[in-house]
Amino acid sequence: MPVAMPQSDEAVLARRAEIVAALQHIVPGEGVIALEHAMRPYESDGLTAYRQLPMVVVLPETTEQVAAVLSYCQREGIKVVPRGAGTSLSGGALPLSDGVLLGMAKFNHIREIDFDNRVAVVEPGVTNLAVSQAVEHAGFYYAPDPSSQIACTIGGNVAENSGGVHCLKYGVTTNNVLGCELVLMTGEIVRLGGRHLDSGGYDLLGIVTGSEGMLGVVTEVTVRILKKPESARAALVGFATSEDAGDCVGRIIGAGIIPGGMEMMDRPAIHAAEEFVHAGYPLDVEALLIVELDGPRAEVDHLLERVQETARQCRAVTYRVSNSEDERLLFWAGRKAAFPAVGRISPDYYCMDGTIPRGQLPLVLRRMQDMSVKYGLRVANVFHAGDGNLHPLILYDANKPGELERAEQFGADILRLCVEVGGVLTGEHGVGVEKRDLMPAMFSEADLNQQQRVKCAFDDKGLLNPGKVFPTLHRCAELGRIHVHAGQVAFPDLPRF
Amino acid sequence: MNNTLKPHDAAEVEQAVQWALAGGKTLELVGRGSKRAIGRAAQWDATLDLSGLSGVTLYEPAELVLSAKAGTPLAEIDALIAGSGQELAFEPMDYGPLLGAAAATGTIGGAVAANLSGPRRIKAGAARDHFLGVNAVSGRGETFKSGGRVVKNVTGYDLCKLLAGSWGTLAAMTEVTLKTPPRAETEETVFVLNLDEVTAGKLMTAIVGSAADVSAAAHLPAPVAARIGAITAPGGAVTAFRLEGVAPSITHRKAVLEKLAAPFGTLGTLGDGPSRALWRAVRDVEPFAAAGPAGERTIWRISTAPSRGAEVGRALVERAEAEIIYDWAGGLIWAALPAADDAGTALVRSTVAAAGGHATLIRAPVAVRAAIDVFEPEPAALAALTKRVRESFDPRGVLNAGRMWAGV
Repeated sequence: MPVAMPQSDEAVLARRAEIVAALQHIVPGEGVIALEHAMRPYESDGLTAYRQLPMVVVLPETTEQVAAVLSYCQREGIKVVPRGAGTSLSGGALPLSDGVLLGMAKFNHIREIDFDNRVAVVEPGVTNLAVSQAVEHAGFYYAPDPSSQIACTIGGNVAENSGGVHCLKYGVTTNNVLGCELVLMTGEIVRLGGRHLDSGGYDLLGIVTGSEGMLGVVTEVTVRILKKPESARAALVGFATSEDAGDCVGRIIGAGIIPGGMEMMDRPAIHAAEEFVHAGYPLDVEALLIVELDGPRAEVDHLLERVQETARQCRAVTYRVSNSEDERLLFWAGRKAAFPAVGRISPDYYCMDGTIPRGQLPLVLRRMQDMSVKYGLRVANVFHAGDGNLHPLILYDANKPGELERAEQFGADILRLCVEVGGVLTGEHGVGVEKRDLMPAMFSEADLNQQQRVKCAFDDKGLLNPGKVFPTLHRCAELGRIHVHAGQVAFPDLPRF
Repeated sequence: MNNTLKPHDAAEVEQAVQWALAGGKTLELVGRGSKRAIGRAAQWDATLDLSGLSGVTLYEPAELVLSAKAGTPLAEIDALIAGSGQELAFEPMDYGPLLGAAAATGTIGGAVAANLSGPRRIKAGAARDHFLGVNAVSGRGETFKSGGRVVKNVTGYDLCKLLAGSWGTLAAMTEVTLKTPPRAETEETVFVLNLDEVTAGKLMTAIVGSAADVSAAAHLPAPVAARIGAITAPGGAVTAFRLEGVAPSITHRKAVLEKLAAPFGTLGTLGDGPSRALWRAVRDVEPFAAAGPAGERTIWRISTAPSRGAEVGRALVERAEAEIIYDWAGGLIWAALPAADDAGTALVRSTVAAAGGHATLIRAPVAVRAAIDVFEPEPAALAALTKRVRESFDPRGVLNAGRMWAGV
């Protein structure tokens, strides 16, 4: 494993039998898993290059059990790693050898649907898609739609601040969550937000969202549900160069049009997808855009005319608009199958997740081609073009010595490039263990220290999901010190700038 | 004013906080002072005037992004981005008229620190939802940044969310980056006359849950409707809905809206100009302006579940002779209570507690704001967490100490 995890606490491991018994007391029945073969499914998440068996798995069913497990672990100095469905692509749920894996799968009930306030109150183990399905009969849906939505859970979505293809128009998780019940590492239970908007004090819900399970364990979530758009149509637009495609994206947005979804694929991704699902993609183009407009039919048709005119100005070489729901879904089928399609043309692939300012796309694609040559590895690109979130898929063969390492170096170079052009290391997959050691490419020590101090405010012993996000762990007491440079102060007496 | 530090760049802000730390002083953070009268009345040793940090540092319309120094006037940003057909979609309200200060003097840093929003909150979110990145100086005198300039970003904790709505108690922001979405090409308002608050609440619930896709829904009882110039309808209450977008879309959605609203009473419409004037008046709570007939009243801002709005409002009317403005389809209540030494706190807090949500005392004399909790008191475990978060940024209580709660 290339990323070093916190050193195992031998004293804790020596007490394993006693800890298992104590957890069984808190969560009786089949809620504690301690046999190696039964713990095996929990050894990794969606980032399967990293594997580690936990010390023990516990599957609580009530908030009180979660609180009791956490307060026990806090008292005994035992690390805890929370887990939803385990679909993280950054190793956010990677277990620790001396840690309790806290699986939230049994929190899988929808507690209430409140159409009058347009919210659903759900347990964290409910899948993302199940929320939309539960409100579909009334014409509502839950907007964030990560591509793992059939499996990933709302609790994991909150931890990772998950996005999806529709987030330019409808926002990511943090814009669509109104409240939660949160258990702190101390076992204290707090409620943040509710069915009303905004916080009466600090926006703690906002900091918990996207904190990668390091601040507390969410036991209930109140999400906003939206009325489904009346109609949606998609345009499939091909370009001879990625520059033209990038130009077109900027011009559509610059013209005041916010599509419900706007996706780009490069030539390798187009070919892989077309061979796999036969979506009717043009094969003689360098870049393909899917532009989807949603809303009332009159609005969609009106805006599609403008999109077509914009595409013409940007030298589009092919242009098709979906004329039926089946056709729209077919346009998407290729994009949605892009990852498995690439999986067919390469034994392994490594999915990256940087975000860049949209205008930097041609430059980034060019530089990525140079890197592809340098590392001797192919790359296919799918891109949430509307919001600048890039998913390069690096193709490699793990059975060939050194290829995984080269793929990881290639990926790290891509992410550093994203930061260099004004972007960020991760748009939606999270830092986890995967990008942890790249954090200094984006943040100074002071930036990271302030984030860790917030962690200390929630978890002063650093027991909740340690080893994720931060490349260097500091003790809270050390971070708490204040450094007053009294000698350099510019205003020794009464200051007037 | 004496004891005012007026830095001109981020480095000087850091020096100013270091100065305060070294001398054990507290600082009051001020942009251009438009919201200075909000919060607990506390005393600070010196004022940190951030209005010298002014100017847009990056604006890329095709990327829908703008960065500006924290003291940049909102009006300057509005004018700049309007030139590219864009706006701050969270529709930041202007507290000036309500608080008896000049209009249109707020800064972008102040808008973020107060997590401002407006009638479009129900569709487009608040400042927190548009706040992408920040450079700031913590109460430790350390410069740090968080976020970035792209919409989709989960790299590290989202400290921006904590700073939005922290009222300057965590850090002095020096530069902020926000989204600049396109503004609607046109707008129109449909209104219904003479509904009581309960019926209006039901209609608002139906409309905001419909395909009409409104960007605002407000109920203005008769006394406050009469003070809004944009409404020429005689006498009674007005329940108004805003449609924004391209013209063919508005035509379609207006039909949806009118079909739902027609059974409730007489309908009227306002075209683009009057519609803008109406929603500006709602946004800025003009019927309760300091210079108007309700100028002496105590003002509370209450956020609750929209379906509970009418009962909260009615309780305050019946038990405290309050005047009420309902925005956010009933989820935001502006309550103007007759002036009282206790600001009607017990009634407001118990009513809001029963319905869920929070209440903030927005306008009251200094003596009142010194005596009662201005911000919603938190349960013990949450209050302790809040205090620890505060201390993680500002352990010595240098920045705006005591502005939100005693000790925070």
